[in-house]
Amino acid sequence: MNDFGGLRLGRPLFEGADWEFGTIQRVHDAIEEIAVGELGLDVYPNQIEIIGTEQMLDAYSSIGMPLFYKHWSFGKHFARNEAMYRAGMQGLAYEIVINSNPCISYIMEENTATMQTLVIAHAAFGHNHFFKNNYVFKQWTDADGILDYLEFARGYITQCEERYGEAAVERLLDAAHALMSHGVHRYPRRRSADLRSEEQRAKERRLHEERVFNDLWRTVPTKGAETEDRSIEERRRALLQLPQENVLFFLEKTAPRLRPWQREILRIVRIIAQYFYPQSQTKVMNEGCATYCHYRIMNRLHEKGLLTDGNMVEFLRSHTNVVFQPDFDDPRYSGINPYALGFGMMRDIERICTEPTAEDQNWFPDIAGSVDPMAVLRDVWANYRDESFMLQFLSPRMIRDFSLFHVLDDSNEPNLSVEAIHDERGYRKIQRALAKQYDTAWTLPDIQVVDVNLIGDRRLILHHRALNRVLLEERDARFVLQHLADLWGYDVLLKEVDPASDSVLKEHAATPRGGILQPDGA
Amino acid sequence: MHIVDRRLNPSGKNLANRQRFMRRAKSLIRKAVHESSASRSIKDADQAGEVSLPAQGVHEPSFHRSSSGGLRDHLLPGNKQYIEGDTIPRPQGGAGGGGSEGSPDGEGQDDFRFALSRDEFVDLFLEDLELPDLAKRRVVDSESVSWHRAGYSVTGSPANLALLRTVRNSLSRRIALKRPKPADLQALRDEIAALSPDGEEGDRRIQLEEELTRKLRRTGLIPYIDPLDVRYRKFEPQPKPVAQAVMFCLMDVSGSMTEHMKDLAKRFYVLLYIFLKRRYKHVDVVFIRHTHQAQEVDEDTFFHSPETGGTVVSTALEEMQRVIAERYSPDSWNIYAAQASDGDNTASDNDKTAALLTDMILPVCQYYAYLEVGRDSEHFPPGFIRRDSDLWQTYTTICKSGAPMAMRKVGHRRDIYPVFRELFAKKTATTGAETA
Repeated sequence: MNDFGGLRLGRPLFEGADWEFGTIQRVHDAIEEIAVGELGLDVYPNQIEIIGTEQMLDAYSSIGMPLFYKHWSFGKHFARNEAMYRAGMQGLAYEIVINSNPCISYIMEENTATMQTLVIAHAAFGHNHFFKNNYVFKQWTDADGILDYLEFARGYITQCEERYGEAAVERLLDAAHALMSHGVHRYPRRRSADLRSEEQRAKERRLHEERVFNDLWRTVPTKGAETEDRSIEERRRALLQLPQENVLFFLEKTAPRLRPWQREILRIVRIIAQYFYPQSQTKVMNEGCATYCHYRIMNRLHEKGLLTDGNMVEFLRSHTNVVFQPDFDDPRYSGINPYALGFGMMRDIERICTEPTAEDQNWFPDIAGSVDPMAVLRDVWANYRDESFMLQFLSPRMIRDFSLFHVLDDSNEPNLSVEAIHDERGYRKIQRALAKQYDTAWTLPDIQVVDVNLIGDRRLILHHRALNRVLLEERDARFVLQHLADLWGYDVLLKEVDPASDSVLKEHAATPRGGILQPDGA
Repeated sequence: MHIVDRRLNPSGKNLANRQRFMRRAKSLIRKAVHESSASRSIKDADQAGEVSLPAQGVHEPSFHRSSSGGLRDHLLPGNKQYIEGDTIPRPQGGAGGGGSEGSPDGEGQDDFRFALSRDEFVDLFLEDLELPDLAKRRVVDSESVSWHRAGYSVTGSPANLALLRTVRNSLSRRIALKRPKPADLQALRDEIAALSPDGEEGDRRIQLEEELTRKLRRTGLIPYIDPLDVRYRKFEPQPKPVAQAVMFCLMDVSGSMTEHMKDLAKRFYVLLYIFLKRRYKHVDVVFIRHTHQAQEVDEDTFFHSPETGGTVVSTALEEMQRVIAERYSPDSWNIYAAQASDGDNTASDNDKTAALLTDMILPVCQYYAYLEVGRDSEHFPPGFIRRDSDLWQTYTTICKSGAPMAMRKVGHRRDIYPVFRELFAKKTATTGAETA
């Protein structure tokens, strides 16, 4: 394998568009040499699976996972994708990659040899490296266990369907799916300590007390009675871990009338939501990393003579399509292309490292002129998510290249106003505003369970902190709240609160319909 | 690295999900199927196709922020002219300088479109429907037969000789009766020849020759093939269900039939066509239009070409009879007829029509449906009792006599399907006097 560079220089890995399994193996080995040897990527072992169109559509509909429980909504997505694909309105992805160990990449059988090379470089090395090294993924996902867990989930849900009926499980899943976006922990929770660490902590505390012991403290008068008053309310909330933003978690642990299997299914949905949570926070970086990797790898393959000129042109054509960013007034515009932005920023970081301008020296003193751009990039890929990445690394040069501008839309004003453009005064503002767009705390509504009196009427109270006075979409909110009430089993009240003034802007209420809680009349 | 070829994995992994989805959206899909069938031509009405469902029917709700109101930031690429502090008039129909905020799941207010396979389409369309019992009678009566293999017989024509079976029988008989095999005889002869003729082993030779004689006699007595062994392939006639149907569409196209009425009629024909298509391998459609004279035409002319004249229903029946005699022998065709009319008929023609129908048409028909189409919002001033049309009165008497005939009145598009269902609903015995 190591004699590739010298020995086979000038002999391409393949010619034309056809490929076979030998080709894939050769391509993978050649890429691995560059990716691991030259770029220093650190990847899970790869498993490359070749699939056909129907299987790709299938993977689409079950969020890319190879095994998933059954639910009508997946059938719906499949039907829609299939219809769009048949009508020629939508192409299929060239690949799907799964954050697991080994890292599974699905590649389409229709791809040409060049595309397979691109896809392996992109998914099996670019995404793979990102999955393995980025802190968000490390913190929230378990690549080793996910496939086993999905297997368990599918089996468990099938069992429940057999035992309690498909309808009962379907109702429960409908409700759980509706709350899926609010079934993730955004911050690491404190783990309940085991006995040993508890003991350790007690010992440290005692030592500390002994060290700082001062008998004088005993003489300070205390106000014992007053703390008692407040504590009932507080203790109650503390026991329920309120306020709680993970609504599914709260229901699983607290909902009074759910049965054990129902709690387990809520837990399954919640864990899967949690598994996908990092992906939504790192879309730009993830795609940027993968696109940058495939770009470097393909160019390097070409340099080594392993790719013919014709194949290289084919690659470039596809690559430029992927990183194309239409302007806002272009009919093709549909938001900022994460591939374009991510790839642009990665290239920009490389440029800052190798050919810094005075502006870069000023903005990025830490990395400007750095010797090893790959080391910088690897560090970036490991330690940032989209929001922090933008805040830190969106350079004035990028803002100029994209001609980014910031428009403020205040519903109280008759007109929109341009807040910032790509000039000296605007760079910071644009950086901040763009970062905010990628902050899940801003894009997802902030909904928390704030209170419930389990001894009283058991009404569940939730608050939506309406950032910038943007309310919830009413119809959907009503549906979801109904599902929530069905799961909770008692009345539910959702207040939309203006965080600036703490005034209530709007209230929604729902009463349970039954159906979930008494699925089989028991 | 592993390479796994998944292409050969069983397909249809998503079938269970699809079925669940179909079940969930059944009522919506059914409605969509009926709507989409209206826009198709009769012949391709039952093809697979796309239907679109209203998005909210199979909606998956989630908490998300509404797309208007409040304070919003938009970051857009490709600035050409704006500088800081510019104001832009709010674009109509939503916020944002370019619609940057789609709904989060990419699901707009658009209808949800997806493709149904042909079977799914027709299944939904014809759920719970059934051909009237009459169809079975026809199958039994049918004179068309097909020959089917029915085992073996000991008699038959030489052409049907079952060689294999015959030889098998002969073989087992020969074994059972211990007929000597030619090879044994040959071996015996060889052995005799091998013994020297000079009689050194005279006893042995005599013994062998005796055995040979005995065996030869036995061979002569037991034939190689005995008449007992012979078997013939046996064929028996079976009545063949008539797998083809012809559907006659009769329509009054005189001036009194409005476009609306023709549309109603067309919808009914479409339904009937799909239904028959489901039950028979091959379905022909014959279009006969009539005014005071009738002629057979193609589909396009049938529905779209205007015609004027009086109304004589019997002409259409005569034409139908002619076509049946010419091309569609009742022996090999199931004949269905659907007549649409506004009920007008020349008064003098009623008796002739009734006679034709009772004597000539109904006996050869599987089913005869009469659809009286009315104006969309036909209402009469209070105090007037709506008089039944000439044709209706005529046909009612025929119906009462228990002929395979049904009649209904339809005034609006939405009635077509219910009427159709009513005519072909599974419990035909209970649907009404007409079909009883």
